[in-house]
Amino acid sequence: MTLAFLNLTWPTFANGLALGGVYALMAVGIGLVFGVLRLVNFAYGQLIMAGAFALAFGSQWGFPNWASILFCFGVVLGLSVLMDLLVFRPLRTHSPAVMLVATFAVAFLLQNIALLAFGPLGKSAGALAILNAPWDIGGVFIKKIAVISFATAVGCLVILQLLLTRTPLGLHMRAAAMDFRTARLLGVRANWVISGAVIVSGLFAAVSAVMLSVQELTVVPTFGTQDTILVLAGVVLGGLNRPIPATLGGFSIGFANGILGGVLPSNQSQYLPSFLFAAVIVVLLVRPNGLFARGGGTVERV
Amino acid sequence: MTALTVEKLSIRYGAVEAVRGLSLEVKPGEIVGLIGPNGAGKSSTLHAIMGAAPVTGGDVRLDGTSLVGRRPEDVARRGIALVPEGRRIFGELTVDENLRLGLAGRRRGRNGGGLTRAFDLFPILREFRSRQAGVLSGGQQQQLAIGRALVADPDVLLLDEPSLGLAPKIVDVVFEALTQIRDSGLGVLLVEQRAQRTVALADRSHVLANGELRLTLGPEDASDTDRLVAAYLA
Repeated sequence: MTLAFLNLTWPTFANGLALGGVYALMAVGIGLVFGVLRLVNFAYGQLIMAGAFALAFGSQWGFPNWASILFCFGVVLGLSVLMDLLVFRPLRTHSPAVMLVATFAVAFLLQNIALLAFGPLGKSAGALAILNAPWDIGGVFIKKIAVISFATAVGCLVILQLLLTRTPLGLHMRAAAMDFRTARLLGVRANWVISGAVIVSGLFAAVSAVMLSVQELTVVPTFGTQDTILVLAGVVLGGLNRPIPATLGGFSIGFANGILGGVLPSNQSQYLPSFLFAAVIVVLLVRPNGLFARGGGTVERV
Repeated sequence: MTALTVEKLSIRYGAVEAVRGLSLEVKPGEIVGLIGPNGAGKSSTLHAIMGAAPVTGGDVRLDGTSLVGRRPEDVARRGIALVPEGRRIFGELTVDENLRLGLAGRRRGRNGGGLTRAFDLFPILREFRSRQAGVLSGGQQQQLAIGRALVADPDVLLLDEPSLGLAPKIVDVVFEALTQIRDSGLGVLLVEQRAQRTVALADRSHVLANGELRLTLGPEDASDTDRLVAAYLA
């Protein structure tokens, strides 16, 4: 059995699913914070970068893998909460433009701190690289990390869905994303809802950091930046203010990225982002409300 | 025991003074009406009580504790529930989810009547509990908005023009519900445009114009149309 038109093979298809899954997680991470704060966090990629460096240092210092991963989660969550307390919350009532510029500033600040501290060459991604070895699934060799990434992403999204639909905090987060002012008048605690969104968003950034750093051999200060820009394009593609379409948008662009990366001849892979962004522009010209939007949805500002 | 006291309340948005020196009181088991022309400061008063409008003077107290400077969610969690203007239903959530959102304002350690109370008052909500709230009619949404406020088991209920845009028959349902809510011991502060009906229903009705209290009427004044009109035009 083969998918051999162009150069598409089952392993490439699996890589597409895996990258799609990770990008979907990132899309949800960005979308949750947008929902409650009306803030597009451009510094999301730097959270992932910080997590990847934490993993690299963990293995350099001889941590067992579980401890490196735990260290990565700690660093990313700590940084998320700090970003929220120092930047997002104080600026919450300001205009969207101010918040946008602020997250750009945070992104460049973190990237430059990483550049000064760790240098432009970065660090080796470490011990989890063994997950790049393949599993033999019915005669098809598929990287372990592809299977693990996709399964983890699906698991995370299912757990999030349960949190959002089955718990009071989830209900409060959904209501706050629709109409924060009315939610507060009903007794929904603004601070809890924002903290909930920031923490889940941070957890997803940490998971993404682990998954992405396995596939890249080195962690550099720009780690995760291009992925974040692609995810943001995907989120806009899906429809920023609608959670499920935004997630599908993230998945689509990750899937396309993984497939094109496998199909394009390797001497042309530097054109990959150009192909993806061209596709985004074409889709937005044809469907300005997003690929998966139903009818004419407009972005509501609170 | 006094449930809610508003004392010499002033509210200012930038250069605009919305309310000046307003005093009123809502005791348990009574309905207090707040009527007056558009822009008189009625909604601003409700929002100031909830901590969602800038108070520049005076005080709002619940059983002697000042509420000024508290966040809206904290005021809600102390036992004041607002039924906002325009109902503000979460249309994409189900009726049940809207009602469970009301539980966010429930006080610690209180079980309250919870959902049953809302269902008993408005049986239609039980029937439609798994439907999307956005598909309900205006009257049903208004019942949902009041039910949502009641599940928190508040001491004081604030309503901002609950009859706005409703058919006369539905207005009857809403006003009848308010009587039952009063009889259950809640204090009700009712902001309304339907002046005559409000005066007839409420234990006291304050006429607000230009941010100031002009006149206080009792149910016996409901038929005195001249006095009402004069108060509005003053």
